[in-house]
Amino acid sequence: VLDWLPHIAMPSMQQLFGQLTVGLINGAFYAMLSLGLAVIFGMLNIINFAHGAQYMLGAFCAWLALTYLGIGYWPALIAAPLVVAAAGMALERVFLRHVYRLDHLYGLLLTFGLALIIEGVFRNYYGSSGQPYSIPPELTGAHNLGFMFLPNYRAWVIGASLAVCFGTWYLIERTRLGAYLRAATENPTLVQAFGINVPRMVTLTYGFGAALAALAGVMAAPIYQVSPLMGSNIIVIVFAVVVIGGMGSILGAVASGFVLGIIEGLTKVFWPEASNTVIFVVMAIVLLVKPAGFFGRTV
Amino acid sequence: MKLQALLAAAAAIALGATGAAAQGGPVKIGVLNDMSSLYADIGGKGSLEAAKMAAEDAGPVLGQPVQVVSADHQNKPDVGSNIAGQWYDQDGVDVITDVPTSSVALAVNEVARDKKKLALFIGPATSDLTGPKCNAYAASWVYDTYALAHVTGGAVVKSGGDTWFFITADYAFGHALERDTAAVVTESGGKVLGTVNVPLNNPDFSSFLLQAQASKAKIIGLANAGGDTINSIKQGAEFGIVEGGQKFAGLLIFTTDVHSLGLKTAQGLQLTAPFYHDMNDETRAFSKRFEERVGRPPTFTQAGVYSAMHHYLGAIKAIGTKEPLKVMDRMRATPINDFMTKNGKLREDGRVMRDMYLFEVKKPSESKGEWDLLKLLQTVPGDQAFRPIDKGDCPLVKKG
Repeated sequence: VLDWLPHIAMPSMQQLFGQLTVGLINGAFYAMLSLGLAVIFGMLNIINFAHGAQYMLGAFCAWLALTYLGIGYWPALIAAPLVVAAAGMALERVFLRHVYRLDHLYGLLLTFGLALIIEGVFRNYYGSSGQPYSIPPELTGAHNLGFMFLPNYRAWVIGASLAVCFGTWYLIERTRLGAYLRAATENPTLVQAFGINVPRMVTLTYGFGAALAALAGVMAAPIYQVSPLMGSNIIVIVFAVVVIGGMGSILGAVASGFVLGIIEGLTKVFWPEASNTVIFVVMAIVLLVKPAGFFGRTV
Repeated sequence: MKLQALLAAAAAIALGATGAAAQGGPVKIGVLNDMSSLYADIGGKGSLEAAKMAAEDAGPVLGQPVQVVSADHQNKPDVGSNIAGQWYDQDGVDVITDVPTSSVALAVNEVARDKKKLALFIGPATSDLTGPKCNAYAASWVYDTYALAHVTGGAVVKSGGDTWFFITADYAFGHALERDTAAVVTESGGKVLGTVNVPLNNPDFSSFLLQAQASKAKIIGLANAGGDTINSIKQGAEFGIVEGGQKFAGLLIFTTDVHSLGLKTAQGLQLTAPFYHDMNDETRAFSKRFEERVGRPPTFTQAGVYSAMHHYLGAIKAIGTKEPLKVMDRMRATPINDFMTKNGKLREDGRVMRDMYLFEVKKPSESKGEWDLLKLLQTVPGDQAFRPIDKGDCPLVKKG
């Protein structure tokens, strides 16, 4: 009679720790991706729907480099973000700069359309099942933490992601360059009057955001399939993460990325069927209670 | 003179009208499947191409070339049934084929029943299509969850895998596959220790893998498909599932999945299929033709689309009408023979009886090329692989 109720199995403390760790790993990806989105939105006022495609491009760059040029994981970790950043900057110069002064919706539609085109092209050439990409030999294997079996590669993902998130936050909130950037967002004309090339700075910022997405893509390649659809699968969740954290807030993006990874992880234990909806439930609640998000500036 | 012309015109119109009534336009095939998402490589454009090949090979049918149309159902039952309704009612589609994703197929099955038009299912696995939901206008051409469960599940239990934990895709197909496999496991004296229902198209399985690990089951049964199966196995390798002494049983694995995983990760997996491109000269000949058009060898569902359309068009040619029930009768009466089917038989409940094969994924050292993936372990005759006709609760089957 009560079949519709979720069957709740109580896991042991040990298993719970394992699940929290796994949630943290997924959170690391959410954090890195929402970080790039937050930077782009905060500085350019563009809702970058092409972010998922850029994440996918990062993974594909790594795969293409390995398959056709024999370039391994570590060089790809640097090279793929650079390639994607260059493509992103070209995109910003050619398309995006025309929509800055228009409503957010135009930027959203433009980047969404571009994302569909990029994904379509890759799907046409590489199919939907994805390509294999192995974990770099230095990071294969795992450590038994007592409460769980933690793959070395996943541990590296958490560490690297935390470092990248902290570095970005420091760059934007604590350095002179970051101060220029923030000033240029507030009043571009005035900052330009001080002799700072604002359009170039904006282009570089977009490139940086795209590079962050690509970096996450390379890090994801050994875990998930390198598939043209990997970006569209994750981007919707990442947008929810950004909304919960507060649009444009860097700290908010990072914190909510990790927290939501953990919430999702716990849902996978207690009510697995709902695990792909829980983030949106949280988003709905946050929008009702605190529409600007947890760390967002109230407008 | 005037009267003569008028009569001639009237006769011409009458002739034209009867001609049209007899022919009813060209035979039109609708390939309905996932063209863009996780199941696109299994069917997708390859299935469309297979249907076109069957249409070309058949030549003119009822005096006209066969037409083939296609659409993307996006794995959504509502989208699928809308397209099916429109095709049958307005676009003159005579038969819908492929329809992977069991939930969509169950919806299209009802549309076919209502509209009294044919649906020849290739992609969907649920055995309900030939069980409680069976339909005189539909057939399930190449495989089903019952056969997958009995051939793979049976082989695994026999080799000592008697405790199972299921990772199940949370929709009609996953539930049917889990149900049918769990039945085999318990019948053979094994035990199901737990199960977790995972939303379709889920990227990260680590949480579910940890639950499977904690269950201590010998076998982790994957009642999912496509990208979900690939991610489960790939991430399972990361979390040391196999090193820890547990084994995966992939209940539905396609050659494209093995290719995606790479032999290094997939080696040793056992899988059940009705076709593999490198079995004999006939399969190789068809696969070569297919590969020239599509760029990769066919999966068993893509091959199955050709097989079904070949038999369907052959039946129409033989009886000179495309009237649905008459075509179905003819298809039931004639044995199915093509490159992948030897003396197949379309049963009353819509089940095509054919041999199923148990394969094992090759070791990297055994493979000679990119698509040299499987070796045959065992051929299971149709009557041992598929559910007996009286056990499926199909209302079309008369009891006693």
